[in-house]
Amino acid sequence: MLTYFFKRLGLAAVIVSVAMFILFCMIYLIPGDPASVALGPRATEEMRASLREAMGLNQPVPVQFWNFYSSAWMGDLGTEVLSGRPVLTVVLEQLPYTLALIAGGITWSVALGIPLGCWAAVSRGSWADRIVGILSVAVIAVPSFVIAIYALLIFAVQLRWLPAIGAGEPGDLGDQLTHLILPSLAVGLGWVGYIARMVRASMLEVLEASHIRTARAFGLPDRMITYRYALSIAILPTVTLLGVGIGQMLSSAVFAEIVFARPGVGKLVYDAILTRNFPVVSGTVLVTTVLFVLLNLLADLIIGALDPRVRSSF
Amino acid sequence: MTTLAIDGLNVTFSTEDGPLHALKNVSFDVPENRIVGIVGESGCGKSTLINAILGLLADNGSIDSGSILFQGRDDLTKLGPAQMRDLRGPKISTVFQDPMGALNPVISVGQQMINIQYRSDISKQEKAQRAVDMLELVRIPDARAALARYPHQFSGGMKQRIAIAMALMMEPALLIADEPTTALDATLEVTTIELLKDLQQQIGCSVLFISHHLGVIAELCDDVVVMYAGEVVERGTVRQIFNDPRHPYTARLLECDPARQSERTRSLPTIPGEIPDLRARPRGCIFANRCHRVHDACAAPPPDHDVGDGHVARCFVANVPETVEATA
Repeated sequence: MLTYFFKRLGLAAVIVSVAMFILFCMIYLIPGDPASVALGPRATEEMRASLREAMGLNQPVPVQFWNFYSSAWMGDLGTEVLSGRPVLTVVLEQLPYTLALIAGGITWSVALGIPLGCWAAVSRGSWADRIVGILSVAVIAVPSFVIAIYALLIFAVQLRWLPAIGAGEPGDLGDQLTHLILPSLAVGLGWVGYIARMVRASMLEVLEASHIRTARAFGLPDRMITYRYALSIAILPTVTLLGVGIGQMLSSAVFAEIVFARPGVGKLVYDAILTRNFPVVSGTVLVTTVLFVLLNLLADLIIGALDPRVRSSF
Repeated sequence: MTTLAIDGLNVTFSTEDGPLHALKNVSFDVPENRIVGIVGESGCGKSTLINAILGLLADNGSIDSGSILFQGRDDLTKLGPAQMRDLRGPKISTVFQDPMGALNPVISVGQQMINIQYRSDISKQEKAQRAVDMLELVRIPDARAALARYPHQFSGGMKQRIAIAMALMMEPALLIADEPTTALDATLEVTTIELLKDLQQQIGCSVLFISHHLGVIAELCDDVVVMYAGEVVERGTVRQIFNDPRHPYTARLLECDPARQSERTRSLPTIPGEIPDLRARPRGCIFANRCHRVHDACAAPPPDHDVGDGHVARCFVANVPETVEATA
């Protein structure tokens, strides 16, 4: 188990390195000079040249990459062009908001998707199954920013049940949670559909398995068979799906944070792109990449914890 | 007392191409403390019969007529799902063919054995102890440690023994064994059969043993039921069926048993032809199209001919020895 963990951790480091290389290439290829942007139109050529020198932009490209790469591993993601604060600090300030948003999105999708999927599988072919099927495809098809805008209009503007913007008072957990409900719904609703369909399909497969027939032949109660014997196996592909889905949730989080004017890395990267604040863009993308890789690792470890067959192959 | 008395059972599946008459007028008894073997080719209705007894027929299957009387009291065809569930496990338990897939892969063996005792009022420790005792009975080494292990950590033969332990743990009145040794190799097959017979005598239950292995049936069973295309074509004691087969199908089936070949041949004997389409059952004898003794009368449904001492064959010529017919 421990060797597996470290092997996966090493693999994660390789993935992050490759991501860093791609990220560096993309930033290098984007037109526009960060020094000019930072100094504004009135700067003289000398001022730009000295800033470029300070930012290391006049060095050969491989050296620039090596500087970026080695300092990133040391936790130095550069300084923000405008305020001069360390990028890592800026990103880590915003990260908890996004993590809360994604955790909320996962909570919605799991809390609704798994029971709906089970229900559809157990009552296969019935009207309940069909309705769940149609609704699943519908919520998958609607983009998350559309859900965000309508959730805002209906529940915040019309009904006034929930707050519209912001992340709530710092330190007031209840207030922060009520501010989280709508944005996390926007992030997670599509995933309710994915998970319901995934759980339904794998439940139907597991319910056909011969060990379920054995469980029935021993007269176990239906509830125990469905939730204890079948769902504990059918849940496994869903965990993998969610691990991969974190990436998509991160991109939905950008929209949700903009629509609900919430702080978070999505809002941060959006603003940074508009102002060509490249160190912040690359720093944010890097941190979210690391986050994505680590959450995927977590998903694999959860599967190991749930499935003894996987555990013994570690 | 008869543990299981099946009388005139008819089961139909509704399919896209119309109804499929899977079991037709199936009648036989499983007497108390006896091992009854069911033998027949693939697709002869063995599995359908088990599912009908257990009340686990697929959604498109239904029992049209007939009765399955359990311990002389309950007609299993008339019990509701909850009553059937109460019988499955404590009264009627089952060992299935596939030992690899018959146990839940993500629940430990001990937990599964404790779960099936959910009706019992004893403490969890006592249930675990009961599981250990049963595992020791089926000769699983280090039984207490085995409780914490998962099915994939056991070999195929051990898994099948665990399945047998689970099935017998509730001391059922009837054990249904659905080809429990087919997936095992020959050595394991023999030990498993001996174990099953041993346990049956200790617990004193009746066994309905399904197999297509004639040697195993002859070794283990007291009575034999021969099934063909959803019908019981012949039934009797092992001695009656193996020494004096009266239905042409039984006779041909026995001839096909490789163990009975006395001479070396390049090709093993087979029964020419195929099982008729059960969606369009012939009105007369189901075996007529493959029978070497077919004659005009076979176009009508053959009677269940009792040739003496409970030996019954569904054939017009059950009382006419083949040799007599050949010389006539």
